[in-house]
Amino acid sequence: MSSTTVPTTIAKFELKMGVATREAYGQALVELGKSNPNVVVLDADLAKYTFSAKFQKEFPDRFFTVGIAEANMVSIASGMALSGKLPFASSFAVFLCDKGYDQLRMCVAYPGVNAKFVGSHGGISIGEDGPSQQAVEDYALMCALAGFVVLNPSDEFCARALVHRMAEHVGPVYMRTGRPKAPIIYGPNDTFEIGKAKQHGQGRDAAIVACGLEVGYALQAQAQLAEEGINVRVLDMHTIKPVDEAAIAKAAEECGAIVTAEEHLLDGGLGSQVARAVAKSRPVPMEFVGVQNTYAESATPDQLMEKYGLTAPFIVKAVKAVVKRKK
Amino acid sequence: MSTTADLTAARKMESVIELQRLANRLRAEIVTMIGAAGSGHPGGSLSEVELLAALYFRVLRHNPKAPNWPDRDRFILSKGHGCPALYAVLAEAGYIDHSVLATLRKLGSPLQGHPDKRFLPILEANTGSLGQGISVGIGMALAARLDKKDWHTFVMVGDGEIQEGQNWEAAMFASYHKLDNLTVIVDYNHQQLDGFLRDILDPAPLAAKFESFGWRALEIDGHDFNQVIPALETARAAKDGKPTCIVANTIKGKGVSFMENNPEWHGVAPRPEQVAAAIAELEAAAKKL
Repeated sequence: MSSTTVPTTIAKFELKMGVATREAYGQALVELGKSNPNVVVLDADLAKYTFSAKFQKEFPDRFFTVGIAEANMVSIASGMALSGKLPFASSFAVFLCDKGYDQLRMCVAYPGVNAKFVGSHGGISIGEDGPSQQAVEDYALMCALAGFVVLNPSDEFCARALVHRMAEHVGPVYMRTGRPKAPIIYGPNDTFEIGKAKQHGQGRDAAIVACGLEVGYALQAQAQLAEEGINVRVLDMHTIKPVDEAAIAKAAEECGAIVTAEEHLLDGGLGSQVARAVAKSRPVPMEFVGVQNTYAESATPDQLMEKYGLTAPFIVKAVKAVVKRKK
Repeated sequence: MSTTADLTAARKMESVIELQRLANRLRAEIVTMIGAAGSGHPGGSLSEVELLAALYFRVLRHNPKAPNWPDRDRFILSKGHGCPALYAVLAEAGYIDHSVLATLRKLGSPLQGHPDKRFLPILEANTGSLGQGISVGIGMALAARLDKKDWHTFVMVGDGEIQEGQNWEAAMFASYHKLDNLTVIVDYNHQQLDGFLRDILDPAPLAAKFESFGWRALEIDGHDFNQVIPALETARAAKDGKPTCIVANTIKGKGVSFMENNPEWHGVAPRPEQVAAAIAELEAAAKKL
């Protein structure tokens, strides 16, 4: 978060940079490969970028690159899972989810096949490659597949732990990983469970529910707001589906206002999931930080996150707006 | 494979005449069950009958008493709409009771409109969205290779289905990875929903296409057991690093004269009097066998 584009109105709040969540995925795959001989890994000519190449290097016999053929890859993974293997298939999120969607539905979700999918380069923070490579709809697509678990870790420790949870979970799972280095939020001793949010702080003026890189921005916003006398809590909602309804209900009850923050279109993503949980439990005012019904462009990641309204100042603004709406 | 010898005891039909009688019976069951369901796909079910009968009663290594036997051969009906024929074969082989056939497409039935493992777990895969079966079969063939097992994977696709691009992603992959433990059977009945392939998008020459993708291609009459069985056995025995594609020329609606070569019978159920006419015709044909 050392970007020069982050406005100086944000309080000094330093998070040490760690590795990208995609790199943590590669590390965790190697750990899994050592402990489980049934783990097989597939990629669609992006193994160096998704970091599945780390597994390829250690276990070449259990690694399959299918070439640039995502649909084929998803269905092959299904066939392997149906024959007792534990496949992890990866590509860029936008290609895996968008090109492999019918296959993810037909060969994985609908029959309930135990296969795992990891889409790297999620969101607009991939930067210069532009919208054709930027997944801003993957949460929505994957949440619309019945039975799928949908994850987006915020840092390397969260990512590594969740890869192991993916392997333990019986059923289809999708995880988004990110291209840029992610700020370190957790440590090696932190534990993560599918469907259980991590809470940061006890503030009661509002709750910020965020996932992925937005968690770092939310923590920045939390620090800034504290300086201004507004005390918020941050929920790291690394599991977008099934969303942690209990944590959301508690936050709604105790804070009376919620802001969601996601690197995704506002349609069908984290905000939608949280809003439903809020509506079901204790309806409170909400504001939504996310990509606003558009596609981004080429620029540095920091420039894009600012231009498209995803950095800490936008979360601060949303919190102030939602707090004003409290009765 | 001594430990599995007793498991390979699935009923085999040695004589062609016995298989022909079976095919005739299967056709009557297909027409009856689709008629009872009031919807379904008779044309493409009737065209694949000999292919399925030869698989389940001569070629596949399987055992209806042990459907989850890990070393069984796998069969995927990628052209899922042809499932009435598969259901009839599974009943004949003893996997399901014949009485279940009457529940096709009815609420709670294991015999869903397209193959669904959730309701009928003995199926190897869910199908119905065309173009995906070969890829799933590749996944199975790769798993067999990783486990150093000698079971074989067969996938049946429709000829219209071949228009889906994913088939060709799969075709490239299977030959490149030398998957001789994978066989694709094309039910080449020359029709699809909207009409004849030649009027829509003809995939001909199919055998040449697969050969150019590095496959062994065998072109046969898909209704002649004397051609079907040797082709399947050749494919099953392959050890030369080439996957096999059997291009089986068939007749859509085969065995029921008013359905044969009429695209109108792709996805329409026969009315009761049409079922009766079809059964009468099949019974007459059976007497000549």
